[in-house]
Amino acid sequence: MAKYTEDDLREELKTKEYEYGFYTDIESDTLPVGLNEEIVRAISKKKNEPEWMTEWRLESYRAWTQMEEPEWANVTYKKPDFQAISYYSAPNKKPKYESLDEVDPELLETFNKLGISLDEQKKLTGVAVDVVMDSVSVATTFKKTLAEKGIIFCSISEAIQEHPELVKKYIGTVVPQKDNFYAALNSAVFSDGSFCYIPKGVRCPMELSTYFRINQAGTGQFERTLVIADEGSYVSYLEGCTAPMRDENQLHAAVVELIALDDAEIKYSTVQNWYPGNSEGKGGVFNFVTKRGLCEKNAKISWTQVETGSAVTWKYPSCVLKGDNSVGEFYSIAVTNNFQQADTGTKMVHLGKNTKSTIISKGISAGKSQNSYRGLVQINSRAENARNFSQCDSLLMGNECGAHTFPYIEAKNKTAQVEHEATTSKIGEDQIFYCNQRGIDTEKAIALIVNGFSKEVLNKLPMEFAVEAQKLLEISLEGSVG
Amino acid sequence: MDLKDKLVSSFFAVEDYLEDSSPLHEIRNEAIKNFEQQGFPTKKQEAWKYTSLNSVLKHNYSLFPKQETAVEYHAIKPYLIHDIDTFKIIFIDGKYSSHLSQTTHEGMDVCLMSAALSKPKYRIMIENYFNKAANKESLTSLNTAFATEGAFIHIPKNKLVQKPIQIVHFSTGSEASLMLQPRNLIVVDENSHVQIIERHQSLTDNPVLTNSVTEIFTNKRAIVDYYKIQNDNLNASLIDNTFIKQKQESIASVHTFSFGGNVTRNNLNFYQHGERIDSTLKGITIIGDKQHVDHNTLVHHIEPNCESHQDYKGIFGDLSTGVFNGKVIVEKEAQKTNAYQANNNILADDKATINTKPQLEIFADDVKCSHGCTIGQLDEEALFYLKSRGIPEKEARALLMFAFSNTVLESVKINEIKRRITKLIAKKLGVNIGFDL
Repeated sequence: MAKYTEDDLREELKTKEYEYGFYTDIESDTLPVGLNEEIVRAISKKKNEPEWMTEWRLESYRAWTQMEEPEWANVTYKKPDFQAISYYSAPNKKPKYESLDEVDPELLETFNKLGISLDEQKKLTGVAVDVVMDSVSVATTFKKTLAEKGIIFCSISEAIQEHPELVKKYIGTVVPQKDNFYAALNSAVFSDGSFCYIPKGVRCPMELSTYFRINQAGTGQFERTLVIADEGSYVSYLEGCTAPMRDENQLHAAVVELIALDDAEIKYSTVQNWYPGNSEGKGGVFNFVTKRGLCEKNAKISWTQVETGSAVTWKYPSCVLKGDNSVGEFYSIAVTNNFQQADTGTKMVHLGKNTKSTIISKGISAGKSQNSYRGLVQINSRAENARNFSQCDSLLMGNECGAHTFPYIEAKNKTAQVEHEATTSKIGEDQIFYCNQRGIDTEKAIALIVNGFSKEVLNKLPMEFAVEAQKLLEISLEGSVG
Repeated sequence: MDLKDKLVSSFFAVEDYLEDSSPLHEIRNEAIKNFEQQGFPTKKQEAWKYTSLNSVLKHNYSLFPKQETAVEYHAIKPYLIHDIDTFKIIFIDGKYSSHLSQTTHEGMDVCLMSAALSKPKYRIMIENYFNKAANKESLTSLNTAFATEGAFIHIPKNKLVQKPIQIVHFSTGSEASLMLQPRNLIVVDENSHVQIIERHQSLTDNPVLTNSVTEIFTNKRAIVDYYKIQNDNLNASLIDNTFIKQKQESIASVHTFSFGGNVTRNNLNFYQHGERIDSTLKGITIIGDKQHVDHNTLVHHIEPNCESHQDYKGIFGDLSTGVFNGKVIVEKEAQKTNAYQANNNILADDKATINTKPQLEIFADDVKCSHGCTIGQLDEEALFYLKSRGIPEKEARALLMFAFSNTVLESVKINEIKRRITKLIAKKLGVNIGFDL
């Protein structure tokens, strides 16, 4: 066998195109492009929303028009033209299906290509899947099982119809409408998303999961997720994404709000693999997401994310530790290759006494990509005995990429204990040599080392996702040895 | 009229007074334009996020003291390192004081910026070095525009300077409030070695704002040890901008001891233009009251095989605020860089605040870069151990805090400074013990 050199590896990596890039032709019901109050009203009307919701959207829209697009992130991109986007598109063939047989076969085919076979998942994994195809829920499974426990798991538009009191009480409480430019935009035009409510003392028996896909050409996707864990409950929520190949940039500005009431626990995991653009950096998804969780007394929120896709990522899942003894966790792997840019991290705001937070962030950059960690740990003056541990490690492959760390630490209480450490390194030649010597080829060795590097985070993922995440890491990185 | 307008309009008065046709004329004019455009930094700027100059800028500073005030040696003696023989460049209210100073032209130049700027024999030096390391930021530009006086030190090749050089700026309070803008230029040629101590001190409680710029050039294999002692009174604010441009195999270290002052901002910038360079940035900050100390460091690794070491310790009491904003940039050519950055802090009081932002920007893959940052308290068990051996609580705490900051003191090469800083730390912690137990 000819010697498989590093150059071959690099070449292979460069030419590795997005495997999940395909496009399903489903007739869509699309609003005209552009954004104004009429469009916002139209979206609200299409979704048959009550008056207060329409007002809420309009309020957000007005706030948004007063705001400027943020520029502080360590990324450069061509700003999207917000008047050239269509803000609503819904698959035409409604209504919802009771069983899989009724689902549009073309749609099922799409999911099969992605390796997400609904029935298989139903049987094997026990995961309830709320599939979001172009903004509107098409199939919801396992709903009955959940309903028995009193758990509400549905699309947010359904929740607005059926549980307006819950939505009205909590929406916008963690991420206010005016929080930032993209959150305001999302609040005005969000098309759909997921809603989840776990009643008092209930432990959700299965992992809840949603697969988002961006499908219709030129459609920005504005998801809104609201998860409420009532006192003493537990839920593990998964979110995974793949998107079809596109040449123009697609905008994704989601908002996720988590509310953990007293003694509740929410575990939120994400695997994100949107189209990152081709090897010249053309195309790719813009991912500007606002994710935040609020912890009441003794509550815990844990964010786990594996980010391998998107041309530009701008994402800071945060925890507001309001209640005493609450806990926030953030585990992240961000992989960038080719021309990808990621500016991601977390905010831990300690307000209550004895609050704890842990941040483990692993950044891997290859090709010509830029990978930044940006985090804030804030200990307020009343947060007695707050504790934080942060660790951000970066792995660089090649000298055309960059790794950046911007940790902000603000402490106003003398009992605070904050530790932050960061390292930057490359895959050692001796490590590779050690593997080679034992008959492991270079490519496998890299996969092995990268897996080891990210193990602390991968371990935090639920079983089903861990497998997928490992595969993603391999696809994104194989061959890019420095 | 606010301070900015006052500065801009009086700039032209200075230009007339200097009746200057040298190339400096252009540099100054460009600098004042820069300043006029940018104005004083505000909290909206990322680099000034945690430090506000508002309280400092509200005074109506006089820019040029009207009269010279005579100061006797005994009045300034406590602020000088007088137990060892040193060169001294001493300024009173921004004016050089020849009878207090001890300068030299024998084999090297330890003299004045005003002399260097006006005498033809220094013309080449000024053309080659003046304003060549300083950046274009507003406060630096402001200093450049008004740069007339300060220390000028040129150490030629292969020279080991036997005595440390002290640069001390005193303000006498002859004006109700005073703004000083000293400008220092230090050039150390191949294989030479020099130790420099810098201090700013006001002799009364009248408000003083010092906006100082120091440019240091270390040529091949040169060694520079620089110590900044900041223990001014509570009405004195200091903005210190230091730029160090290093050539290959040179070693430069800066130790900053911040114990006093109202608002102190240290902008310390290292630029590594060559291989196998070593840069050290260390500091101890112990403050209380409403004091504010901000360390803003930059190490720019441009070429391969270089090292940088940063170690900043801070103890913050009362209502004080500490800021550390350390930035390390490793360019893609700078392979095999070793960069370390550590920032450890103790909050001694509930009302004290610490904001820290250790920042890495790395573009090269074969590097070892790490940073660590902690905020914590003294170890209760260690405290108990000391107390159980009969050491009172206060002294025990002081001992532990001294041990905490000792890693910085260890690398101080002038024993006299070590001794003095130790004393200062004891005083600052309110105990009367020597730490050399």
